[in-house]
Amino acid sequence: MAYKHKKIFVFILSMLCSVLSLSTQASTADHSQFEVLKGPFSSGQEVTAACLSCHTEAAHQVMQTRHWTWEYENPLTGEVLGKKTMLNGFCIGDRSNEAFCHSCHIGYGWQDNTFDFNEPTNIDCLACHNTGEYKKIAGMAGHPSYERQEWPKGSGKFIEAIDLIGVAQQIGSTSRETCGSCHFYGGGGDGVKHGDLDSSLVHPSRELDVHMASDGLNFSCSDCHQTDKHQVPGSRISMAAAPSGGAMMRGQHPSEYQNPASCQSCHGNDPHKGDLMHSSRLNQHADIIACQTCHIPAFSRGGVPTRMGWDWSVAGKLTEEGKPFFTYDEEGNITYDSRKGSFNLGQNVEPVYQWFNGDVSYIQPDSQIDPSDRVAINRFLGEPGSADARIWPFKRFEGRQPYDTELKTLLVPQVAIPNDTSFWYNFDWDKALLAGAESSGRPFSGHYDFVDTQMDWPITHMVAPKEQALDCASCHTSEGRLAGVKGIWMPGHHRQSLLDQAGFLLAGLILLGAAGHGSMRFVTRNKKSGG
Amino acid sequence: MNQRIYLYTRFERFWHWCQAGLVLTLLFSGFAIHGTHAVIGFKTAVEVHEIAAWLLITLWIFAIFWHFTTGQWKHYVPTHEKLIEMARYYAYGMFKKEPHPYHKTPDRKHNPLQRIAYLGVKLVINPLLWVSGLVYLFWGSMADYVPLALKQVASLHTLGAFMMLCFLLLHVYLATVGHTPVAHIKTMITGWEDPHADESPGVEPDDELSNNVAIKKHS
Repeated sequence: MAYKHKKIFVFILSMLCSVLSLSTQASTADHSQFEVLKGPFSSGQEVTAACLSCHTEAAHQVMQTRHWTWEYENPLTGEVLGKKTMLNGFCIGDRSNEAFCHSCHIGYGWQDNTFDFNEPTNIDCLACHNTGEYKKIAGMAGHPSYERQEWPKGSGKFIEAIDLIGVAQQIGSTSRETCGSCHFYGGGGDGVKHGDLDSSLVHPSRELDVHMASDGLNFSCSDCHQTDKHQVPGSRISMAAAPSGGAMMRGQHPSEYQNPASCQSCHGNDPHKGDLMHSSRLNQHADIIACQTCHIPAFSRGGVPTRMGWDWSVAGKLTEEGKPFFTYDEEGNITYDSRKGSFNLGQNVEPVYQWFNGDVSYIQPDSQIDPSDRVAINRFLGEPGSADARIWPFKRFEGRQPYDTELKTLLVPQVAIPNDTSFWYNFDWDKALLAGAESSGRPFSGHYDFVDTQMDWPITHMVAPKEQALDCASCHTSEGRLAGVKGIWMPGHHRQSLLDQAGFLLAGLILLGAAGHGSMRFVTRNKKSGG
Repeated sequence: MNQRIYLYTRFERFWHWCQAGLVLTLLFSGFAIHGTHAVIGFKTAVEVHEIAAWLLITLWIFAIFWHFTTGQWKHYVPTHEKLIEMARYYAYGMFKKEPHPYHKTPDRKHNPLQRIAYLGVKLVINPLLWVSGLVYLFWGSMADYVPLALKQVASLHTLGAFMMLCFLLLHVYLATVGHTPVAHIKTMITGWEDPHADESPGVEPDDELSNNVAIKKHS
């Protein structure tokens, strides 16, 4: 019965999806008919001005979003977080590299702190709403290329001018491609950062992602990240670790804020049904284990490797001719890059597991570190066994990156701007670190070394079909996946060894006694009575 | 004793052997869940264990009803009479072919050691296993009402399992100490205790009842 209901539900959902996707094609507005979009446009800002002439509220909405501000206040500590200032173990930091990094900002022209966040036409509508043929170029501070030009300069490679009119007239909903153009490439390349987000999710198979499968439900990102007034919910920076609000209708506005990008927001709090033997047991598991833990058995399953380790300390080796070089693994993936250092890559990686209640603490540019230990750039918090936390899967990334040996702070190098201080162009750490510190207004003693770091990334995409979910014995065994996770008791994994030893010892003694007693009976079997 | 006596009625035998099978199944699957062996997978073991547990509970509900409606519970009232003699007989006397100190009748079919052992199973081991097992099974909804941690519930259940295992080993061995090694087992299957001249040929039990037995036939 429940199975039948599920089929009907999936059918309705797919009908709904196809109606929705039809509606974008058969929209009541054909943007190519709009006078205002007939151009000519000399810049992205001019396109935005045209968009805003009809979409009067859009700019105000977008300016409230983190996609625009790259800023976020950690409710735990009050610290200002966000991409603008945060550190990571990959390309380390945005400051001093703005023109490069901000090809993933939804704006035009943010290359230093003179950028005007209150200018509506600085918003790049096309970044998220193009339906193809639009690309913001790394190094152009969020702009696409408006003319045919050699890029990077001196490389001998040319990029073509963007057709702003064509892109503007073909405007549409966000898509896996538009979201993915930044979110799949975080950390400087396809799949580098997250592990559960890479270009394999543009046309995923059912095995890779049961919701997004091109031949299945074909979800777009926004089917889960249900956006309201341009606010996209479900950021890793402020996660709902243990949602309990139950299933909700798309478009419903619950009185209390509820993250629609959670499993529970569609599947409810008791998602396992139709199995008399195990449903309620599995639903009880869901009270302490995040759905993702069982239903994403491994990440980077789509054929794109993710970066599990990055050692900046070996960057800067050059050929005898003084040229930077690459080395590759047997599959053709880069494992050493003179500009960046050496990489460890992983595919089909088993996550690590830890309690998480939605709170995360981050090492900030001014945080004191202890360089004698591996520095955890972020920590996912949560009391083992507490009701507001679940056991989550994570990608654990290990880095080695520069720090100030006097001030004991992590350093942000300038790497990506073509000038005489950036590391990628000069291979000189002193210059790169000084430029990075100056640009962010941070002190730098001039003394640096490299420190081992660690960073965790919650795994929540690439949900496998249920047949591929972890089975009981993945954890309920002596060396199971949750070995070492505190606050749980798992039959098959945990035991009281003293009780076991005593129990088997007693059973053994009984057997021995029985054998002795039996032997005595055998020996005395022919004895005369009373004898 | 020269007459067959009917000791175990049809229901009692059905109950005994079903219970035996289920206890063995539960021990086997339980130790698989525990991780002691891996003959069957964890999930299979859980399924088998849970089904067998429910069957045993059902069986026991019938058995408890039977005990009280037939008065059979009286067989388990402990007595110190002949207790020492029985222990001495097992430890020593039986090798010397001394007379069996206890005489079975349908009214008192268990010797004092059996009474204590079976009463222990009924009042200690079974309740310990059931209560800890049910709390374990329904932990997700019971955790708030139980003043124990899951670890303690699990340990109590394991303790019960070891007690049951030890009982089982003793019981199976002692089932072979009749006047022939299979005599007791045969009785448990047919219900009838064959006439025999007690455990040692030619020796009558040293028991006042032996001279004045009222053999009642149960059907």
